[in-house]
Amino acid sequence: MSTWIDSEKCNGCGRCLKTCPYGAIEMGSDDKARILDNCVSCGACLESCRQGAILTDVQPRSIPDFSRHRDVWVIAEQQHGELHPVTLELLGKARELADILGQTVAALLPGDDSASLAETLVNHGADRVFLLRHPDLRDYRTVVYTDAIEPVVREHRPAILLIGATLQGRDLAPRLARRLQTGLTADCTELSIDEDEKILLQTRPAFGGNVMATIACRYSRPQMATVRPGVMAPVCLPGRDGVVVEIPVAVSPDRLQAEDVIETIRAAGKKISLQAARAIVAGGRGMGSAAAFAELEKLAAVIGAEVAGTRIAVENDWIAAERQVGQTGQTVRPELYIACGISGAVQHRAGMMNSRYIIAVNKDPNAPIFKIADWGIVGDVHQVIPELTAQLQ
Amino acid sequence: MTGKKMRIIVLVKQVPDTTEIKLNPKTGSLEREGVKSILNPDDRHAVEAGIRLKEEYGGTVTVLSMGPEQAIDVVSEALGMGGDAGVLLTDRVFAGADTWATSTTLGLAIRKIGSGDLIICGRQAIDGDTAQIGPQVAEMLNLNQATSVCNIHAVEGKKIIVSQRCEEGFKKVRLPLPALLTVTDELNEPRYPLVSSLLDACSGSLPIQCWNAADLGLQASQAGLEGSLTQVIKTFSPKSGRDGELFSGDAKTAVANLVERLRSHQLV
Repeated sequence: MSTWIDSEKCNGCGRCLKTCPYGAIEMGSDDKARILDNCVSCGACLESCRQGAILTDVQPRSIPDFSRHRDVWVIAEQQHGELHPVTLELLGKARELADILGQTVAALLPGDDSASLAETLVNHGADRVFLLRHPDLRDYRTVVYTDAIEPVVREHRPAILLIGATLQGRDLAPRLARRLQTGLTADCTELSIDEDEKILLQTRPAFGGNVMATIACRYSRPQMATVRPGVMAPVCLPGRDGVVVEIPVAVSPDRLQAEDVIETIRAAGKKISLQAARAIVAGGRGMGSAAAFAELEKLAAVIGAEVAGTRIAVENDWIAAERQVGQTGQTVRPELYIACGISGAVQHRAGMMNSRYIIAVNKDPNAPIFKIADWGIVGDVHQVIPELTAQLQ
Repeated sequence: MTGKKMRIIVLVKQVPDTTEIKLNPKTGSLEREGVKSILNPDDRHAVEAGIRLKEEYGGTVTVLSMGPEQAIDVVSEALGMGGDAGVLLTDRVFAGADTWATSTTLGLAIRKIGSGDLIICGRQAIDGDTAQIGPQVAEMLNLNQATSVCNIHAVEGKKIIVSQRCEEGFKKVRLPLPALLTVTDELNEPRYPLVSSLLDACSGSLPIQCWNAADLGLQASQAGLEGSLTQVIKTFSPKSGRDGELFSGDAKTAVANLVERLRSHQLV
């Protein structure tokens, strides 16, 4: 199994270099493309070559018939009778995907006594709600939840299954995907439907957020993806009709023993939800000190915003770690994001680029943050921020 | 563990130091040359956890990795910290594997090692950030699992007690062995590898075995890209369609312009 270049035909345009997901093509000193050892013969480059110079002996894999798999499902997450916000965000996206496919949306809700949540799920896009009710499903347990969900998915054959990338979702999704013998893509920031193949295109940051990768699950169903909280937008559709289906669940005592919960300890201190914030004022390296962050607090107080920071700001102790936005922090999508002294490294952008309006204040006019800002001020944050606070008071 | 010593297997991965990765401004592709390869940070904590359990309860720590030949460096490093034996899964047909194919390959290797009482992995690798391998290996081998473990309290008989992160804070759980844990960097302070052990590992005094697909009884169609259920079909540099309006000049005027935009969009 290999892929090679016909150097007679190669004109050295370099298109194939850009399309290779593995960085396995380089331009030789003779201005001809060359395939490197780390090529896995994925075939992504074949179509990019207008000269027909890329040759392969790889046989295309046959795609099974999945026409019996229909509908977009969301696994709803609840805790003590309250839905996790990511569930409603996923339903918003599921609605959009299902409408494109001409299919329906279903929410699968495991829990103890969670029937009262069904209406909320319907009002956010679900056509059907499957209630998996059992006293032992009150609290999340990996094996018990996987056992309960698997047969329902097998019976109803959804085409797409979405799960929130919460701590619980990241524990459950890979276990369930392996059980269902299907592919799974973690932490997607974008989901869409391919026009020709009608498959789910799953886009996520890779290599620490340095590139975005679009991933397809062509050979198994359901197409499973997790999405971090705050990435998608919920859509409220009041007055919708939905069907609620109760599904009996049996839990065997030995499966309960697989994870014997001794105690749950609530984390000390107030839990900060940047995800719920309407506006966020964030500071980065350019702020330079904890004192400068006090200016951000003043601005935030005037406009009713939460304060956040980049990884650098957290590492310098200018702001608490639970207020970090970015690849290794939280993903947020407020109405208004004011980025102060933030250059806009991809790692940070990954956490805030879906904000409705972005404002950037930075002294460097070439800072990448300005490329994703709706409005920007080129200037010194130490002058601009107090001035902004004053004018808004 | 009474009578019998604990058999611990630690999964490690060699990763590019992603904090050092740059994009080629001309081609938009990753510049991989000159980027250091390191032992994945979370995995270092997994190795430390395995060694501490061995020190307290007795037993053996086997370090298992899948990767190209040079990934033997991270196996050696883990042996230098105190691991007893290493296995590197290396074969051209493993290349391009998604987490489905990777967990299949690792699962078969764990069976060949002779299963184990406890499998420990880092929560996630910094190059993929998927956090999927641990739970997928656990499911394949039908093991109990705890992810995001930040404290290992004790081994009592055939059970292990750990604390893991959950939405509310922390959850203390008791898992019957065999079990699989994925651990976070809060768990411990990893020790440095001993130079003498590193030398032993490099000179071949410490046992590191290399296994290929045939050793695992794995067909090429089940491994690597061919055995994967998901494929990367495109990569691109992140960008946004916004084209911002920039205000410069003195702070007062620039801010006044901005405030006018904020007010007209009813943002303040």
